[in-house]
Amino acid sequence: MKRSGSELLKSINLRPFVESLIAILVGFIIGAIVLIAFGYNPFEAYYWLFHGALGSTYGIASTLKYATPIMLTALTFAIGTRTGIFNIGAESSFYFGAIAAVIFTNIWDNMVFGLVMGMLFGALWALPPAVLKVYRGVHEVISTIMLNWIGWFFVLWLIIGPYANPNDPNKTIRIPVDARLPEIGYGLSIAIVIAIVAAVLTYFLLWHTTTGFGMRASGMNQKAARYAGMNPKMAVMLSFLIGGLLSGLGGAMKIMGEGPGYAISQGGANIYGFGFDGIGVALVGRNHPLGIILSAIFFGMLRAGTALMQVRAQVPLEIIKVIQGIIVITVAIPSLYDLVKKALRRGAA
Amino acid sequence: MDAGSVISILITSLMAMVPIVLTSVGAAWSERAGVVSIGYEGVLLMSAFFGAIFAELAGSAVVGLLGGMLVGILLGMLHGALTVYLKGDHVIPGIGINLLAMGVVPFGILAYWGTAGQHQLPQDAQMWHLQTAYGDLSPMVFVTMAIALVTWWVLFKTPLGLRVRSVGENPEAADALGINVEKYRFWSAVYGHALAGLGGAFMSVDWLGLVHKTMSGGRGFIALANMVFSGWNPLVSLIGGWLFGFFDALAAWLAPKHIIPGQFILMLPYIMTLVIVAGIIGKARPPKADGKPYKRE
Repeated sequence: MKRSGSELLKSINLRPFVESLIAILVGFIIGAIVLIAFGYNPFEAYYWLFHGALGSTYGIASTLKYATPIMLTALTFAIGTRTGIFNIGAESSFYFGAIAAVIFTNIWDNMVFGLVMGMLFGALWALPPAVLKVYRGVHEVISTIMLNWIGWFFVLWLIIGPYANPNDPNKTIRIPVDARLPEIGYGLSIAIVIAIVAAVLTYFLLWHTTTGFGMRASGMNQKAARYAGMNPKMAVMLSFLIGGLLSGLGGAMKIMGEGPGYAISQGGANIYGFGFDGIGVALVGRNHPLGIILSAIFFGMLRAGTALMQVRAQVPLEIIKVIQGIIVITVAIPSLYDLVKKALRRGAA
Repeated sequence: MDAGSVISILITSLMAMVPIVLTSVGAAWSERAGVVSIGYEGVLLMSAFFGAIFAELAGSAVVGLLGGMLVGILLGMLHGALTVYLKGDHVIPGIGINLLAMGVVPFGILAYWGTAGQHQLPQDAQMWHLQTAYGDLSPMVFVTMAIALVTWWVLFKTPLGLRVRSVGENPEAADALGINVEKYRFWSAVYGHALAGLGGAFMSVDWLGLVHKTMSGGRGFIALANMVFSGWNPLVSLIGGWLFGFFDALAAWLAPKHIIPGQFILMLPYIMTLVIVAGIIGKARPPKADGKPYKRE
């Protein structure tokens, strides 16, 4: 039986999308209040923010560039949530992906080899919390946060020590020319395409394969998962490993997808924070891979706009993290949609 | 290692213990009532920042500590409103609070003091310390011990404590006995976050005398690990918290000696947390209704 157009439209649930939009709006409003409180002009700040992100081809390219790493770390968090775990470990898997790319492309200057090693090491670093969860019952929030710190100091040691660039003390050794990701234009590499493909593949895995069905079932109800033929332990392991792999890929592409001379900076500043930002991206994208594509582009836009906002409106770029935090807290309000609808109705009456 | 270094590590470990123990004690109370929060890391960081502003404006460290507590109370009310009254998920608001802190604090340091990443507090905004030959000791160390003791006593030896534990263990039964589950849960969350706020302000106006954009350094999560390790018991968490403080102090003492690269020493508290939690967790039993929203039938 063929469904009519209007019926099809009704079957699409717009509620999560509208809720995210409301949360974004609230984020900007409270962000404006914070800006006013510290003596900045919010209209000027937001004007330059959007102008910087969307006002030119270069701006749009850098929006997509900033969207890439957080899209992948968001997928890590989303796969975790869909299988019933709060995986905060994307942050450190990202570090390992980045440093693995630097190390292994300097052994064999091949792009695919670099990406594969990045994914492999990202997944390897996700193994300890998976094992601790499955066999010792350690809560993943505690284990992944501790491993984020351990991983940070370990990678920092690699950056400053064995893999520091002897000719440029501010960086690690570079990615060889032959191993760099090809550029599309305006400084944007094919990394964004790979990230979107990864999001679509994640969607197919979770919603169109038996393994994915078992993973999601175990996230909702362990008993149901067993009936569906999925071992819940296996689901948790897979969720961590695929998650680590995606963040590792993100870390590798962050370093391999830039111009010549680019490397991890001495203090690790250019590989820090992407995992945490990814959590916000995932929550606003409602832990759905396709929602995450949109949400990552939105947050990439915010990040891309800060350069112009800092110069023209003299507003510190950290304001976007304030807005991001407010958005996430607002998304956490249950049945936000109904609350707003009720308030609007009361306002109209 | 001579006796002097041992005493000095022990004194530093007492200072390092304070934020972890205060947060663990608060989290233990809140979870005993059934409210889980992973936002303590953000509470520590934001109260360290706002506590420093309060202390500078008033020229008093005590006002700073109270200001930090106020920040904790407000964030606890936010968490309580979302989880207890609106029946939302207990983990996501904490993620939001942590992300918010990562924005508010670096932004605030820059916007308020005009320095990037770090600000040194003037002398009059810093806490008075007991001077010893082996290092400073803050009166807050004793206040923390007293808070842990009193919280334990109230929680396990008074009718109020019994009611708090009942709403976290079996809210249906508590409700049937006429206990207002939502009220007890809400104020328990507020108390938990308030203690973390005190701990955060302690770091800036008392222990370190500075504000840094990453100064919470995972302590909010170490405190949660300590709470589990201590079996949700405030008095035991004093011992556990001292143990974590000891590794913190040991790392700080070892770092300038360059025996092994500094990064490996800085990992120590986190590795120990992981090892301890992995070692004992099988036996840990959280309160039965911990993290589960309660809806009246």
